[in-house]
Amino acid sequence: MAKYPTDLRYTKDHEWARIEGDLVRVGVTAYAVEQLGDVTLVDLPAIGGEVEAHAKFGDIESVKTVSELFAPIGGEVVEINAALEDSPELVNESPYDKGWMVVIRVSDPTELEALLDAAAYEDYVGGLD
Amino acid sequence: MNDPATLRRTSLYAAHEALGARIVPFAGWQMPVQYEGIVKEHEAVRQRVGLFDVSHMGELEIEGPEAVAFVDGLVTNAIAPLPVGKAAYTVCCNERGTILDDLIVYRRGADRLLVVCNASNRDKIAAHFAKHAEGRDLTFRDASDDTALIAIQGPKAVATVSDAGAPHLGELPSFGLGEATIGGVGVLAARTGYTGEDGFELFCAWNDAPAVWAALMKAGEAHGIAAAGLGARDTLRLEGKLSLYGNDIDETTNPLEAGLGWVVKLDHGDFIGRDALIAIRDAGTPRKLVGLVVTGRGIARHGYPIVATEGTPGHVAGERIGEVTSGSPSPTTGKNIGLGYVPAELAKPGTPIGVEVRGKIITAEVAKTPFYRRPR
Repeated sequence: MAKYPTDLRYTKDHEWARIEGDLVRVGVTAYAVEQLGDVTLVDLPAIGGEVEAHAKFGDIESVKTVSELFAPIGGEVVEINAALEDSPELVNESPYDKGWMVVIRVSDPTELEALLDAAAYEDYVGGLD
Repeated sequence: MNDPATLRRTSLYAAHEALGARIVPFAGWQMPVQYEGIVKEHEAVRQRVGLFDVSHMGELEIEGPEAVAFVDGLVTNAIAPLPVGKAAYTVCCNERGTILDDLIVYRRGADRLLVVCNASNRDKIAAHFAKHAEGRDLTFRDASDDTALIAIQGPKAVATVSDAGAPHLGELPSFGLGEATIGGVGVLAARTGYTGEDGFELFCAWNDAPAVWAALMKAGEAHGIAAAGLGARDTLRLEGKLSLYGNDIDETTNPLEAGLGWVVKLDHGDFIGRDALIAIRDAGTPRKLVGLVVTGRGIARHGYPIVATEGTPGHVAGERIGEVTSGSPSPTTGKNIGLGYVPAELAKPGTPIGVEVRGKIITAEVAKTPFYRRPR
């Protein structure tokens, strides 16, 4: 079994992207969650805002540290996971499902080509430790 | 300093690795920051029992006819009245009355003391003590390299050491010292800790620590013991408002403004920093270390500015009035808590303040401390 879901695309900043038509759902990987520890706060952008690929779109805080969230793709934020406001631990418990963060309407689909597949991401993470 | 090649390992390193610890550089050491997760470990200590490797801390031994007078001349608390078999928390100041380190001084005999200092300050404090020991009728030894230290903390700490073969330790008073055999090796036990819970700190020979650790993990199994790392140690001590050197206290802060006036005994004879502390006491401290609770959405962290907000008396909203020295989510209270220095007139619990979190001002208020007090 692959270590990371093969239906997702990944960034070197440890975000995942699930392509859903012209929308992309975004979260952080199990590797990121493991590094962060207990997530206590997720600061997300407002719906309707624009994000740029590789630019910061929010912050994620654990007991010990603060990390920035980077968009895997540019576009308009059409949905945010409001459940994370009261239950940030969903990111730890279910990073690829209930712990998703934003849905972005993709403005330039060619940007998707720059994302890593599961095998490439696993190789990249393997080189970090 | 963080080059893994130069970082030291405690004798429990293999035990930490076997438990799957995440190891981080800390004060020149490779130390476990967490095993299962900070919150789980924090809760284990509050509800059951947790085991900490704190072998990185410094241990200094002072023995001889002048030992007590010597240490009394270096620290703010009074050591001479301390009975044999008891320990005292204190700070060690410089001539300016600011803090070189916070220490626990253990009176092992009439003329024999053990002093525990922070790992980050070990070289500084050992040199300070060695310098002042010159010409005194005593022997001074930095025993840090051959002394390991394990803390067992939580409501089930007594039951665990009892099951590990040392039931008599449960009779030690708070800050009392005793000896025991755990895991087949001799330990010096103190009823002290850095978590706000009941428990012990156990000193043993460097290479004996794995035997003590293993015996306690085994005895603690029935009590739900968990290994706990530096991450949980920090959230636990913060809830108990126990100062962290380098965060809440350092060489720019004095014990009176840091809320440590209770360990400053100005009448215990001359000691380094006494004159300065008398002057500080007489003038009053313009700032004070206070607890704070974030009421808005955000987490206060070390170094974040404290600013005036709507409702902060005597200051314009946005004006910088202090700094957060420690801050974290508090697993026990569920709040985002912190410590920080504010002008003394704003030290009253409930006073509205703001914390600047990455450019945004988040509302907070001065809070009563400690944030957590164990039920007795």
